[in-house]
Amino acid sequence: MKILVPVKRVVDYNVKVRVKTDGTGVETAGVKMSMNPFDEIAVEEAVRLKEKGIATEIVAVSLGVAQCAETIRTALAMGADRGILVETDAELQPLAVAKLLAAIAKTEQPGLIILGKQAIDDDMSATGQMLAALLGWPQGTFASKVAIEGETITVTREVDGGLETVALALPAVVTTDLRLNEPRYASLPNIMKARKKPIVTMSPAELGVDPAPRLTVVSVAEPPKRKAGAKVASVAELVAKLRNEAKVI
Amino acid sequence: MIYSEQHRELMRSVTKFCEAEINPHVDEWEKAGIFPAHELFKKMGDQGFLGIHKPEKFGGLGLDYSYEIAFCEALGASRSGSVTMAIGVQTDMATPALARHGSDALREEFLTPSITGEFVACLGVSEVGAGSDVASIKTRARKDGGDYVIDGGKMWTTNGIQADWMCLLANTGDGPVHRNKTLICVPMKTKGVEIARKLDKLGMRASDTAQIFFDGVRVPQRYRVGEEGMGFIYQMQQFQEERLWAAAGGLVKMERAIADTIDYTRNRIAFGQSILDNQVVHYKLAELQTKVELLRSLVYRAVEEYINGADITKLASMAKLTVGRLQREVADSCLQYYGGMGFMNETEITRFFRDGRLTSIGGGADEIMLAIICKLMGTLPGKPPAGSNH
Repeated sequence: MKILVPVKRVVDYNVKVRVKTDGTGVETAGVKMSMNPFDEIAVEEAVRLKEKGIATEIVAVSLGVAQCAETIRTALAMGADRGILVETDAELQPLAVAKLLAAIAKTEQPGLIILGKQAIDDDMSATGQMLAALLGWPQGTFASKVAIEGETITVTREVDGGLETVALALPAVVTTDLRLNEPRYASLPNIMKARKKPIVTMSPAELGVDPAPRLTVVSVAEPPKRKAGAKVASVAELVAKLRNEAKVI
Repeated sequence: MIYSEQHRELMRSVTKFCEAEINPHVDEWEKAGIFPAHELFKKMGDQGFLGIHKPEKFGGLGLDYSYEIAFCEALGASRSGSVTMAIGVQTDMATPALARHGSDALREEFLTPSITGEFVACLGVSEVGAGSDVASIKTRARKDGGDYVIDGGKMWTTNGIQADWMCLLANTGDGPVHRNKTLICVPMKTKGVEIARKLDKLGMRASDTAQIFFDGVRVPQRYRVGEEGMGFIYQMQQFQEERLWAAAGGLVKMERAIADTIDYTRNRIAFGQSILDNQVVHYKLAELQTKVELLRSLVYRAVEEYINGADITKLASMAKLTVGRLQREVADSCLQYYGGMGFMNETEITRFFRDGRLTSIGGGADEIMLAIICKLMGTLPGKPPAGSNH
């Protein structure tokens, strides 16, 4: 079985994001970028499935600027076999990403597409669901455990109030939650081997997709700065403040 | 720019390794005064991190030295100077001479397990009476049948408590002090090796630094690294890598100290504004960052020339001198802007302040670096200092 793993290049999770002065987005110039951590979990899961002999090939896909090739290399160093880069300077929103991935899925015919439940930059949590809908495939989102047996994948999902287990017929789309696994760090021999693994570059036009945004970002603002707290003399005063000023009880 | 995409990928992987396998344990290891070297090195060996520049025949990756330096630079993500130093001893201080000059059998016995991480290595050069003045060591290895019999002692030995073997520098003859020394691999379990005490230090407190005595320690002569009498020369070559390592290892550490200080001072309000908004603070931090970048350029250039086979004694000495001094300046300046919290052990900057102090002393003190540079500039009066004969 072939597995397709979409990987997104995002601002590194350690970076404290800063809003651009013109309020159009967050600053990415000169900022450290790396693979979306949820996608890293997806790569790890795919590699584990390959190590178990269930998957035969892992294809990592990234969409965006030329530097996304680096993100693909990270996936290749972790154990993916080859990469596809859909290169565009255009802003990509979840629907466009889902359409591009669907077009790739039609030619690649994977048995499973596994990707992060959301990207840590815009937290849309939409791509996986849209992709499943466009392909007409079943979806298992927010997976904390997956098991494949024959033509069925069992996905344990983290939902409010507990765990839900669903069984899906393959091919399917699975999105990963934080507790699915702990991604490995690429070993140096594998990093060097990844250099020789192929990455194919294509454009949205070649896939017959117009990636133009359908949503307009009106403004981006930093969260309000935390204000200094106040001391209260008694529990009674605290309750009064919570009731009358904060209006939370 | 000496770094390719593979270098950056390696650095990403090393950074993640530090964050997952080292940083969560640093406080505990500092308190214990030791860290589990075998456990950690095995994990690093599994990642291929301990044999980057070592021959493939013995389990290394055979990559050029720029990869080693990328690894070292990325290790700056470790929040423990002690652990970084211990790794440096393993990869770039105790093993380069063995990798370069050791016989195949010797490399199989000591280098291969040091690359896989099964063995922890230490370097035995400094003695109570000979620190930077390497030529004055007193430890002696005399021949007896097919063996060497070693008597003497070593001081300030990093990894000394846990090490499986030592790359030992000992006198094997009575000739001129630069021609009478030999490097020998000494298994630390050998009879007569006494680990006298774990030293109590200002910084690098998670590192097990030992004083060690040798009393009639018998090892076969085939444990000799390369030729007899060449030990001093080998060690001086080995020092070039140690010095580049020290310089590269300081870069990210200093940058993190600066970044942490920016963070802290931005959020700390005094006299109605953030500390960072005082020009003296943000200007000073900008200046420090500038100096770090200057050092980085020097290191990269030295590495490039080293890979091309040039003698980099001068550049490596300059880089080592600079990192020692700059680390002290960065640590002291940053700590100052932390105010009262800069004096509290719970603030990480204090550890950087303590750990970083060693860099101007270990691996040849600042003054030795200056003497080497002066010698190469032709301005050193009188006889050349020990440590520069090369």
